[in-house]
Amino acid sequence: MNGKDDQELARLMRTAIAGDERAYGEFLRRASFLVRGLARRKAGQGGIDPEDIVQETLLAIHMKRHTWRTDEPITPWLYAIARYKLIDAFRRRGRHVEVEIGEIAEIFAAPEPETVSDREIGRALAMLAPGQRSVVAAISVDGRSIGETARSLNMTETAVRVALHRGLAAIARRFGRD
Amino acid sequence: MDTNELIKALAADTQPREPSLSTTWRGAVAMAVALAAIVFFATLGPRPDFATSIETIRFLFKFVVTITLAGTALLVAHALSRPGSAWRRAMPYLAAAPVLLALAVIFELLALPPATWSARLIGTNSVLCLTFIPLIGIGPLAIFLMVLRHGAPTSPALAGAAAGLLAGGIAAAFYAAHCPDDSPLFVATWYTIAVSILAVIGAVAANRIARW
Repeated sequence: MNGKDDQELARLMRTAIAGDERAYGEFLRRASFLVRGLARRKAGQGGIDPEDIVQETLLAIHMKRHTWRTDEPITPWLYAIARYKLIDAFRRRGRHVEVEIGEIAEIFAAPEPETVSDREIGRALAMLAPGQRSVVAAISVDGRSIGETARSLNMTETAVRVALHRGLAAIARRFGRD
Repeated sequence: MDTNELIKALAADTQPREPSLSTTWRGAVAMAVALAAIVFFATLGPRPDFATSIETIRFLFKFVVTITLAGTALLVAHALSRPGSAWRRAMPYLAAAPVLLALAVIFELLALPPATWSARLIGTNSVLCLTFIPLIGIGPLAIFLMVLRHGAPTSPALAGAAAGLLAGGIAAAFYAAHCPDDSPLFVATWYTIAVSILAVIGAVAANRIARW
């Protein structure tokens, strides 16, 4: 990660904030590579699934994206969130982890071949109200668009958007909480 | 749900992002000052000789130190509410109010005969001070804790303590307009204790409610 990569990442986020869904998807994908590098090296020690950290961090990035100032570098913000989520995951398990800022070497880690596992996010999804759960699952797991989801569930697009937004917020709140 | 599926769901959630933190902090400070003013005027009000005491340096100094505390605490609380901010670089500003107060104490000790020191320190109003600074500041503190919840403090307890200092600075500035004890010896003792109470409440509360 150098200044140029940060600028590119920041540009994607600014485009996303302006309403570009594809830029946002690309931003999140690249962010997941960065976070995965950190999570793999740190989480393994405590019996924590690194991918849980990646997902929890992505949710936090999404819910807290208004805390990034659009004129500032974005990687320090992103790593601070990942670090907080990592430390928080250890804290919840009654352990302690040191994550020094200097240690956050810029390592990209591509997605692992996805083994289907019982991720925390699966449990959080299962706890949602049925309406929200079917909307979130249709868009994420089934890969449907907002419009397709609205038709298949016999809802308006606005209702789908609201259910998706609330469902994701609820998942972010419940993530990792028993 | 694997990570790519999660990304699809997040990208599809195109609700406009919430107002920026800077905007939220500005609104919160305005609300907090208004709330503190309402509580202050409803309960205590300025002291009767307020207009004439404006000219005395000890009276004015109380506002200098409390407003300095509020301003520097706002800077630090704002930085602590944002991930990746350079909050450590903002921390030294917090020393401004204590340093001002320490200098004022030294001048006061030089200016007054030792026999009067303890009377000035104890003053006449310490119980009122310890009651009303926390009372005026608790509403503003609640507002600032909501801002921290809206933000993303990576050190919630520290951010809560800074929010408590901010609320304490605002409350103490109002209280200072009522209190007849103007000696820096009084301010350094009782205001400090009263503001610390709010900082501790802020740290404990934020540690519970500002996790995210």
